Amino acid sequence: MNGFPWITLLTLTPLAGATLILLTAGKNRNMARVIAVSASGIALGLTLALWHGFNSASGALQFQERHAWIPTLGVTYHVGIDGLGLLMLLLSAVVVLMSVASSWNCREHGPAYFVLVLLLETGLFGTFTALNFIHWFLFWELGLIPAFFLIRLWGGPLRARAATQFFVYTMVGSVALLLAFLAIYLATGQFDFIDLAQLAHNGQLVPALAQNLHWGHWTSGGIADCIFWAAFLGFAVKIPIMPFHTWLPSAYAEAPSGTTMLLTGAMSKMGLYGLLRILVPIFPEQMQHSLTLLLWLAVASAVLSAFVAWAQTDLKRMFAYSSINHLGYCVLGVLAVLKWTGGSLAGEKAAALDGVLLGIFNHALTAAALFWFIAMLEKRSGGLRGLNDFGGLRKVAPVFCGLMGIAIFSSLGLPGLNGFPGEFLIFKGAFPLVTWATALSAIGLLITAVFLLVILERVFLGPLNERWALLPDLSRGERLAMFPALALMFVLGFYPQIIVGMVNSAVVQLVSQLRL
Amino acid sequence: MNPVSYFELLRLTLPEIVVALSGLAVLTLDLTVLQRRSLAVRWRIGALVGCAGCVGAILLLLLRAERASLYDGMLVVNSLTQFVQTVLAAFTILAVLLSVNSDFTVHVGEYLGVVLFATAAMMVLVGTQNLLVIFASLELLSLSLYILTAFNKHSRKSAEAALKYFLFGGMAAAFLLFGISLLYGLSDSIQLTAIAATLGAQPLSPLLAVAIVMIVTGLGFKVAAAPFHLWAPDAYQGAPTPSAALIASSSKIASFFVFSMVLTLGLPAGSVMPRWFSLIAAVAALSMLVGNLAAIVQSSVRRLLAYSAIGHAGYMLLGILAHSALGLGALLYYVVTYALATIGAFGVLAALEKEGIDQVTDLAGLSRRAPWLSFCMLIFLLSLAGIPPLAGFFGKFYVFSSALSARMGLLWLVILAIGMSVVSLYYYLRVLKQIYVRDSEVSVGTIETPLGMRATVGLIALLVVLLGCFPQLLLSWIDGALRAMPH
Amino acid sequence: MLAWTIYISFLGAAGLMLAPRVNARAARLIALLTAVAGFAISVIGVCRYTPGTLVTVTRVPWIPSLGIEYHLAADGISLTLLLLTGIVAVAGVLFSWNVERRPAEFFALYLVLIGAVYGVFLSFDLLLFFVFYELAIIPKYFLIAIWGSTRREYAAMKLALYSFAGSAMVLIGVIAAYVEAGSKTMDLADLARFPFPLHFEMWIFPLVFVGFAILAGMWPFHTWAPTGHAAAPTAGSMLLAGVVMKLGAYGCLRVAMMLFPRGMEAWGFRVLGFGSWRGLFAVLALIGIVYGASVALVQKDFKFVVGYSSVSHMGFVLLGLMTLSQIGLSGAVLQMFSHGIIAGLLFAVVGRMVYDRTHTRLLSELEPMHLARVIPFAAFTFVIAGMASIGLPGFSGFVAEFEILIGTWRAFPALAVLAGVGILVGIAFSWRALDKAFLGGAGTGSPVDRSPSATVLPRITVAERIGAAILMAATAAVGLYPRILLDLIVPALQSPLFDGLRKGLWR
Repeated sequence: MNGFPWITLLTLTPLAGATLILLTAGKNRNMARVIAVSASGIALGLTLALWHGFNSASGALQFQERHAWIPTLGVTYHVGIDGLGLLMLLLSAVVVLMSVASSWNCREHGPAYFVLVLLLETGLFGTFTALNFIHWFLFWELGLIPAFFLIRLWGGPLRARAATQFFVYTMVGSVALLLAFLAIYLATGQFDFIDLAQLAHNGQLVPALAQNLHWGHWTSGGIADCIFWAAFLGFAVKIPIMPFHTWLPSAYAEAPSGTTMLLTGAMSKMGLYGLLRILVPIFPEQMQHSLTLLLWLAVASAVLSAFVAWAQTDLKRMFAYSSINHLGYCVLGVLAVLKWTGGSLAGEKAAALDGVLLGIFNHALTAAALFWFIAMLEKRSGGLRGLNDFGGLRKVAPVFCGLMGIAIFSSLGLPGLNGFPGEFLIFKGAFPLVTWATALSAIGLLITAVFLLVILERVFLGPLNERWALLPDLSRGERLAMFPALALMFVLGFYPQIIVGMVNSAVVQLVSQLRL
Repeated sequence: MNPVSYFELLRLTLPEIVVALSGLAVLTLDLTVLQRRSLAVRWRIGALVGCAGCVGAILLLLLRAERASLYDGMLVVNSLTQFVQTVLAAFTILAVLLSVNSDFTVHVGEYLGVVLFATAAMMVLVGTQNLLVIFASLELLSLSLYILTAFNKHSRKSAEAALKYFLFGGMAAAFLLFGISLLYGLSDSIQLTAIAATLGAQPLSPLLAVAIVMIVTGLGFKVAAAPFHLWAPDAYQGAPTPSAALIASSSKIASFFVFSMVLTLGLPAGSVMPRWFSLIAAVAALSMLVGNLAAIVQSSVRRLLAYSAIGHAGYMLLGILAHSALGLGALLYYVVTYALATIGAFGVLAALEKEGIDQVTDLAGLSRRAPWLSFCMLIFLLSLAGIPPLAGFFGKFYVFSSALSARMGLLWLVILAIGMSVVSLYYYLRVLKQIYVRDSEVSVGTIETPLGMRATVGLIALLVVLLGCFPQLLLSWIDGALRAMPH
Repeated sequence: MLAWTIYISFLGAAGLMLAPRVNARAARLIALLTAVAGFAISVIGVCRYTPGTLVTVTRVPWIPSLGIEYHLAADGISLTLLLLTGIVAVAGVLFSWNVERRPAEFFALYLVLIGAVYGVFLSFDLLLFFVFYELAIIPKYFLIAIWGSTRREYAAMKLALYSFAGSAMVLIGVIAAYVEAGSKTMDLADLARFPFPLHFEMWIFPLVFVGFAILAGMWPFHTWAPTGHAAAPTAGSMLLAGVVMKLGAYGCLRVAMMLFPRGMEAWGFRVLGFGSWRGLFAVLALIGIVYGASVALVQKDFKFVVGYSSVSHMGFVLLGLMTLSQIGLSGAVLQMFSHGIIAGLLFAVVGRMVYDRTHTRLLSELEPMHLARVIPFAAFTFVIAGMASIGLPGFSGFVAEFEILIGTWRAFPALAVLAGVGILVGIAFSWRALDKAFLGGAGTGSPVDRSPSATVLPRITVAERIGAAILMAATAAVGLYPRILLDLIVPALQSPLFDGLRKGLWR
């Protein structure tokens, strides 16, 4: 406890980078992008160092730091990571680095852009390591504000509306979350996630809520349910789960592609992380009561989004809905764990959760790569990204098509690429637990395959659209930049143990904690 | 009645005599020796003699340590009268200094003479508890003031004001005399304490009530309390500035002192509260309302000051209503500081005489053209409004707290007073707004004012600030005087 | 030594007034040095201070015959507010660096106001308190009337009269209390200990509280505030909203609540659903919160948005005061500090950075200017100020509003919920103002054009940057480490001075 403050250091690194840019790079874009890349590079390095020092066999929290902050309000500065947290940190560092790299040649992305991205990274790191609600919420909001400005100031033609929608939805969710935890604080005097989880584990949470919050004629269970749904709203908007997803397509489409990478790669994961770190340990019973409803929401997210994606003609929107689809599977996996089995089927639960975490990481990687490719395509086509605007690009830009094809197949879930192990584990683990939901979600797999292949066909294959006869292929630099991501896709496809090994202990601990 | 030697009498009345003599001296000097000199020289020498007389009187008063009450209260000498007489003489000095540069008359000697006679009258007025002597000195004072008001022969306003003053004053004097005679009839005495002793046992008869109303009318006129105030706006506006200064300051002090003495010493307390209580309370309330509300709509600076004087008279009556030593002390403190601020304000107006300032809007942009005078005016007006740390604030605080500590029932009147103070800030700020905020459309150059005037006004301003920051200076003197009193 | 904050300010003012032909540059420097000196002294005072004690700075008899002393003392609450005054004073001078018209008089009046404010926070004699309190009114009047903008004379007069009326009510209370306690003493500690009769406290408490609350902008006596703030010059608004409104709130706490705590007890009967002054004032505070925020949402003038937001935030202070719990009261004091800084920042952006350059405050006229691209520093500062204003964690407002909400929840649960609604409306109007003024509006619709903005405006000066940095640093510092102030405030609330309050309805 309270050893060298690695996590604080990690969290502050991007902030330091942002401050450095503010103070020195002013209008100098080159210096700004160098600082940005260095800062996110160092962050990635630190994350890897953390991984190195991490004890994968233990499911407990490591690198903890705990300091009193506002004792009168019960707020402590408490950070720590287990396998789940470490995975998220790694994921964020990778995605941010990819995003910054993708903006390297984007002339409109001046120093202010990089500052905002780095601030967002700080917010991400903070969210994934904070264990006390108040400063967790601080970082949660710190993620929201730069994203708003990134969309608003550098986005596409309809950015104003998209940014507003994004802001309002997420803010409403955040407020619901805040109110829920305020209520919990008033009832229990606790803000600490670990302590609250312990309370729930001991069955003391619900009685405490009932005792201290006298809300008319509500039963204790009712109060707990209400608070759970409020907190759930906050995360449901972020992931997003249908029907709280309506902000997403515009936001993803109008945001500059570098920002979309962040949105889909990292910020949506904040929602899932919240589910796993906060909701599941603290409200397992409440989730269980409403399991059927929640499962329907997950299924809708997984299936309906695939159908809608198929109907889109804007590439970015297609992948936006595809994100909802992939994350729908992850939500399904999480919900499966909550099914009451009386202690048996723990292995399946662990498998499902492993799959969820794999899926999170892989989706981050893949989606980021996909949006990066779209960015490159947009640059070459002068802003066009419609499904039917292209055709036969394979003939003029084979490398581009090949590499993007890899990413698309990964998203499809082809065995051998990183997308497959995650989805496989989720379905394998969830099927015995929540059979009907899993079965329905499989439809999504099918439809996803369909529209992804449609993309391949319309954009890459077929007769060459004369307009793009002179489309330049990937440059040397771009190939070099994409290489690590694609290589990682293959590596994780063949050897997912790298990730699973990191997270498995934490997963097992979580499942056993639930006592369901 | 103890026979007292004339020498003793002379000694006791020496201050008044000195002042009167200096008045005669000025008159003589001016009419004989100085006729051919220039106006400025005549004024200066006249002022010198006059001030010397007053200074002499002050010294005599301060060095005198005895107490006496001669002829059944016809001449009263105690620390309280000593204090008030000193203050009166001091104010006369200020008024004389402020008149040195005026050009409204060539009859310098007569003017200063009348001023000094008025002062002597005031000093006698406060040094007696005999109703007839009060009346006589009050008449001497009033006549002097009428003359002073009319002194500017070139101004129709001056004559008009004096006439109104005279007519009102005459009527008020008649009321007062009638009231005094009724009191005499009821109590068989014209000495205040004797009257109180005799009437104390009696219930309120209609005749006594009429007497009280008459006396209040007469004296109320003198202090310019509503509804006896109608002379004040014209007098303040029409009279030559130094005369108005004298009317507004010294005469107020003397009149309030007498008012207080007559009511508290002469008219007795009833079983629960003095018989005149409700009447004075009504007069006070009316004065506050009329004075402050009417001042809001005034466009002439002097009329504004006149109506505000009526309002202030209302506050001062609270001191009388308190009917205690503390109340009297508060009244004295208030009236002195009020007089200081008023004489200062008139002093500023006198210094600016050549600019022909009458309307509030004429003051526009003054802060750039006469910064020192503007700043002094700021101090005076804020003191009148009751803004700390100026003397006026403590006056108000002292009066209100002594009123409340004497009688909690006065709360409603105190609330009214404070409310009207808020209103008064509005019209004082209006004047200051013209001076500081607005720019003059007409003239832009610096105004040249005589150094002497600026020095005098500055001295008054300094006193106001000093008394505001260290009220103890004046308070200790008043408290000492009150403590040495027998009752 | 803390008394020197007052004296230095007055000396600076006197120097500026008396020195002949002071040019703008010299005036600014003198003012800045004086303000910095005052702030430095406050900081030293805080460093030397032991929490929980009452430090007597000066105590000499002033008017012995009346029992009035010149008594200056400081506890944790006073020190917090002294710090606030120092910070806002320095920032105010920096943001007035461009005053060219009659600069010597401007800064002289400014320094007199600062000195009077220091005096109020340090006074421990009731009359001395009142003297300094009233002393602050006249400089305010002139600052607005001479250097202000829209309808300045009307706004200045309205402000002066409202303030004076409020202090008139307080004066009645002061005199009545003085007389009731035997006309012997005006010392705050002595008066706090004096057992006033219950019926006396029952009418004096609302009188004095409302008198102070007028200056604190309590609904429905708040109408002077938006007009006054909008009309005042930038430094004037910063001081007015940042510090002077806190004088009223401080008076509510230090005088009304500390001296007459029993006035808040239940009446024993109900009128319109209220059973005590406490309940009534809590509801009025809440109305202020929601009303202020709602009206800010529909304003067309940028400065009025900020003016009404001040009314809303001060509502939080008053609500916190009425919770009568340690957490609520400490939240209220913290909110006084926090809002002081934030209001200063907001008015600095609106007044100095935007209005002085664009000469318009209408949101509809600012929209097409796309100010975020023209003066990005101003946009950045407004974002930070906006985030702090809505109570985002990491800034001082969060801890303050959080503590107030918890206190309110325990005392008046329904009001806590409604206060939360107020915060939500606050988010809405902050966002709307940001959107329209800086981001070019169109937050809800049409495609936005990308062409560079046609407006050319002078750059943000160094003085403005430093001033903004100071204020932002202050709010962030307290937001990230609230203990700097809470360690001062909480022990002060536990001192014997507040015994009366604690014995009563404390929870």
